[in-house]
Amino acid sequence: MKRGRMILAVASGKGGTGKTTVSLNLARALREAVYLLDCDVEEPNAHLFLNGSTIKEERVAIPVPQVDESLCDGCGECGRFCEYHAIVSFGTVPLIFPEMCHGCGGCARVCPRGAIGEVARSIGVVETLQAGSITLIQGRLDVGAAMAPPLVRAVRARLPQGVSAILDAPPGTSCPVVAAVSGADLVVLVTEPTPFGLHDLVLAVDTVRELGIPFGVVVNRVGIGDDRVHAYCRDQGIPVLLEIPDDRRIAEAYSRGELIVDALPEYAGLFTSLIDKTLRAPVHEKPARGAGGARMPQAGNAP
Amino acid sequence: MKIAFTTSSGSDLNAPLSSRFGRAPGFLVYDLESGIFEMVDNRQNLEAAQGAGVQAAEAVVRSGAKALVTGHCGPKAFRVLRAAGVEIYNTDAPTVAAALELYRAGKLTPAAGADVEGHWA
Repeated sequence: MKRGRMILAVASGKGGTGKTTVSLNLARALREAVYLLDCDVEEPNAHLFLNGSTIKEERVAIPVPQVDESLCDGCGECGRFCEYHAIVSFGTVPLIFPEMCHGCGGCARVCPRGAIGEVARSIGVVETLQAGSITLIQGRLDVGAAMAPPLVRAVRARLPQGVSAILDAPPGTSCPVVAAVSGADLVVLVTEPTPFGLHDLVLAVDTVRELGIPFGVVVNRVGIGDDRVHAYCRDQGIPVLLEIPDDRRIAEAYSRGELIVDALPEYAGLFTSLIDKTLRAPVHEKPARGAGGARMPQAGNAP
Repeated sequence: MKIAFTTSSGSDLNAPLSSRFGRAPGFLVYDLESGIFEMVDNRQNLEAAQGAGVQAAEAVVRSGAKALVTGHCGPKAFRVLRAAGVEIYNTDAPTVAAALELYRAGKLTPAAGADVEGHWA
């Protein structure tokens, strides 16, 4: 079957549910050339399981303001514009806090005197590693840098046009997550069948619906907790794409840096079935952003 | 001259002095000449991930205060306040009234720099 390009994002509300496990095992089980993007730039860990060799490393910088004091008349427009208070002026030459700047360039645009230029501030690196059929692109935020979204976007921008990819998103539902999953064709939300897992899954579902991206759920460690995650998915018409059993051997393999599909071949079928439902699913139309009409091939994503 | 005090609750001079500045729940801005004071709400900063000190400093500058009396003050807030000509005084006085008493008695000295790191507590 001829397939188009597919960007599959693996996300979750709660941390530690198995995003990286699912991403890596999907990439390995695919058994063909694939890009894996580790977008969890605050703590990238996919590389620990791949023994890849670094083939490229690039510094990433964002533009931060620099004021020409001879031109500034202290009007304060820059400070009034900046949502993040990274530039502050009280009728004097403004103070700049580069570590709080998101690099939007707005202060330079609104300055009536053209007194604000921009200088590059390094926030991290993007590394490309090759590990067999998997090309891993990961971001690594500098220690002390707090602006993850620009680095997440830099990781995304390294993906060549027209190729399929698996994106390992950061946990949560905040700006770095939105930066990681925006523009994906399909999102897999990994959760665990516990009250915490359900609570954060609901937040993640709200986020992905807001973004208008079709999605399904992977339930990890099935056997612990209760059945409320399954009941929620049933009520909401959200497809449960995969259930990974709670098996101590999976945790043991993980602790040795091994992938499930390598260490426990009896589970390899789980991931090939997930590939069939996601990366190799029949192409469905990309929904309009925020249209709310997004549908998985099965039921999914009804409000 | 007006002086801003960090407050953790209450709305008069008996209010406890907050040890924090950027995430103090409010400020009591006291006019030394008239004895009139007003409360400035700072609660929107309590949940800020970043930038609480800068925003609180902007609020103090906007209030017209030329001095700030607080438990502690971090580096970004300190820079903003000093750029706007506001003196910073650190004290562990329990209430606004007690801190005001120390200020009037000349027992507080202007801070030469931030006395804590950002996000110290």
